[in-house]
Amino acid sequence: MAEATSEQRVHARPLSPHLQIYRPQINMVMSIVHRITGAALYFGSLLLAWWLFAAATSPEYFAFVNGLFATWPGMIVLVGYTWALIHHMLGGLRHFVWDTGAGFDIGTVNLLSWATIVLSVLLTAALWVFIAAEKGWVMPWA
Amino acid sequence: MGDAMGMITPLKRVRGLGSAHEGADHFLRQRLTAAANLILIPFAVGLIATLAGADLATVKATLANPVVAIALIVMVLVSAVHMRIGMQVIIEDYVHAEGAKMLTLAANTFFSWAVAAVAIFAVLKLSFGG
Repeated sequence: MAEATSEQRVHARPLSPHLQIYRPQINMVMSIVHRITGAALYFGSLLLAWWLFAAATSPEYFAFVNGLFATWPGMIVLVGYTWALIHHMLGGLRHFVWDTGAGFDIGTVNLLSWATIVLSVLLTAALWVFIAAEKGWVMPWA
Repeated sequence: MGDAMGMITPLKRVRGLGSAHEGADHFLRQRLTAAANLILIPFAVGLIATLAGADLATVKATLANPVVAIALIVMVLVSAVHMRIGMQVIIEDYVHAEGAKMLTLAANTFFSWAVAAVAIFAVLKLSFGG
């Protein structure tokens, strides 16, 4: 039937408003961050596999990889990894709420979205305070 | 046209399957693996946080516990499925050229299962004391 002629193709079709048009809103930002953290965790899975692989290879190689993770850049990556994990998990919980058909009014959408970012930072901080205390790096409650 | 499923009308065959011809399978599998990971990931994070910086003997002794090793292996399997179909959605959203799409989708599957294979083998070896 109707093949698009070359004349029709030169006229750009109208597009719905996209990211460049909308003012950022918290639910939209959290949706994008959910996808970014998901992709980051995808490649971050290499870190866990690498650590396990090192442990299964030799004590020397395990010590080498542990040493890398214990450097400042290594620690920053690990903190980012745990934040991405926690953020993605909270985003998933938000989607579970929405999957039930609940929480679609603007107020609840904004609340859940803000809760995702705020709780992800608080829980990541709590996890690393716990790790730091357990390893004896700091004594936050001493 | 000769049709092996002669008694099923074309409408009946596609109803509820949508444009990907898979229905809600993908959606449900993403939720199911997410729900499993709500338990498995906190367990794994707690375990790894405890083992961070520990020597190899401690890691082996911890993974020698069957419950710990099994939970880790299930977490790896569930995560491999979750991340493979999650990345599939991203690829389908952004890669439109048919050839590039086929290649990246294949690479996605290879990557996900390769990471899982490495992690699972390592857990088994450590658990068995190797």
